[in-house]
Amino acid sequence: MSTLTFTLKSIPRQRVDMSPLSADRISGLSIDEIRMIELQAGGTRVTVDELFDVYGDPGESMIIRSSCDKLDYIGRDQKTGYVTIEGSVGAYLGMNMRGGSITVIGNAGLYSACQMQGGSIEIKGNCGDFLGGALPGIKQGMKGGTVLVKGNVGERAGDHMRRGTILVEGNAADYCGSRMIAGTIAVMGDTGRHLGYGMSRGTLLLWKKPVIPPTFNDCGSHTLTFLSLFFASMRDSDSKFSDPVAVFNRVQRYGGDMAGTGRGEILVKI
Amino acid sequence: MIINGVTIDETFAEAFPMKATRVIITAHNSKWARISAQAMTGFATSVIACGCEAGIERELTPFETPDGRPGVSVMIFAMGRKGLAKQLETRAGQCVLTSPTSAIYAGIDDGVQLPLGKNLRYFGDGFQISKHLDGKRYWRIPVMDGEFLAQETTGMKESVGGGNFLILAESQPQALAACDAAIEVMVKVPNVILPFPGGVVGSGSKVGSKYKALGASTNDAFCPTLKGKTRTELGSEIESVMEIVIDGLTEHDITHAMRIGIEAVCKLGTGNGVRRITAGNYGGKLGPYHFHLREIMS
Repeated sequence: MSTLTFTLKSIPRQRVDMSPLSADRISGLSIDEIRMIELQAGGTRVTVDELFDVYGDPGESMIIRSSCDKLDYIGRDQKTGYVTIEGSVGAYLGMNMRGGSITVIGNAGLYSACQMQGGSIEIKGNCGDFLGGALPGIKQGMKGGTVLVKGNVGERAGDHMRRGTILVEGNAADYCGSRMIAGTIAVMGDTGRHLGYGMSRGTLLLWKKPVIPPTFNDCGSHTLTFLSLFFASMRDSDSKFSDPVAVFNRVQRYGGDMAGTGRGEILVKI
Repeated sequence: MIINGVTIDETFAEAFPMKATRVIITAHNSKWARISAQAMTGFATSVIACGCEAGIERELTPFETPDGRPGVSVMIFAMGRKGLAKQLETRAGQCVLTSPTSAIYAGIDDGVQLPLGKNLRYFGDGFQISKHLDGKRYWRIPVMDGEFLAQETTGMKESVGGGNFLILAESQPQALAACDAAIEVMVKVPNVILPFPGGVVGSGSKVGSKYKALGASTNDAFCPTLKGKTRTELGSEIESVMEIVIDGLTEHDITHAMRIGIEAVCKLGTGNGVRRITAGNYGGKLGPYHFHLREIMS
């Protein structure tokens, strides 16, 4: 598999829109053509060559080295390809992504996996607010694919999420699963306040007992067969979710948010 | 051709193209998975009046099922896609959904997709939950015993139905014992089912009848009690004839099942009253698949 490597020369002063470098957009271009692509950096435009040392063979695999949190929109609209980022990334990682995979060996900023439709994203560090969310004014957030966060996630993870799976090995801050339409968010660590706020459907799967909001009703303890399939689907992932010790199918079920349609659920391991 | 004293007739079994699907039923334990599968495959011996032919392919260990519970693999055959879809949905809804602790999954991933939980979900009356895992959609339907889990669809394949052979024996108990011997090995063959009761047909039919309303009637040429009254196919030593019908995903599957079944029967030999093996056909004019007994056994 041919790999193209971008090594950041120095931390840019302005935020950089990396969307022109998604695997689909640069496919078929020569390395010299890629070097001459213009990127928006704050109010100015700079060529790729000014920001990065570019070497390797253009193809389906891409590595971004010495990355920093000023690089936004990495993997935007990506349909295919494998992207590995060494270092942190800025906001809108994998926005509208439809396929392929992105691995971040570092932290990710706001709105990661925003309106994502397919593929997989793995973030080895922490992730900012609105993971898998929707841009302001957009009614549906993440619509497919899988996001794995090894660290903690910020507020409103899965806001307006419509489909797909978000896996968090660490903690989730306040409003996790807020206004969720459907899909699954699994959190192994602690969760903050206002869990599932305004949630209409979907599943929050938790390892630790949260503060259950007053608008969620206890539906009792149950053994759910679908959890076996859920964990089986994680079998090949490099995460704690694939550890046989993490597997369970016995849960306490809370239904809500009863302030809305109330078809969502919080499942807590027992 | 004679094997262990048993004559193999120079004839062939005539089979037809069918549509087939496979589903995996799981339950809390193998007993209830089997009960659910038996209910689903009940009244499904022949497309002539049952709408489909169905049977248990084999039992599955927890390691072989999607949810890690004991399970049973069921195959259903019908003449067309619409008929198969209707039978599948009706049987899944009335027999598997109603069976305690059960869940149902696709047994064939590719091909034209037939609704499985796709419409059964409405039984959930709005409380049903969809889950998309590993690229497959499942429906969690709340039911009185907990939660019924059904995969959205299952795949359909072009298949072959009506492979068969007839065992001609000196007595009824000996014909039955020969069938038992054949069934014992044939049920282990993957991709095939033996849709008739216990795998055996005691009343094989011919096409047509003296009564206009009937499309099929007793195969009088092989009825031992009519030996002196009809154009019989039976010698004086034959007192009972039983048939084994095989539906399979491919011609190869049926050929394999027929071969090991006939081998098991011939192993009993004339010492156990087995005298002849023959097969049912319509002169080769109706079905495109011809399973020549001597070719299979050579």
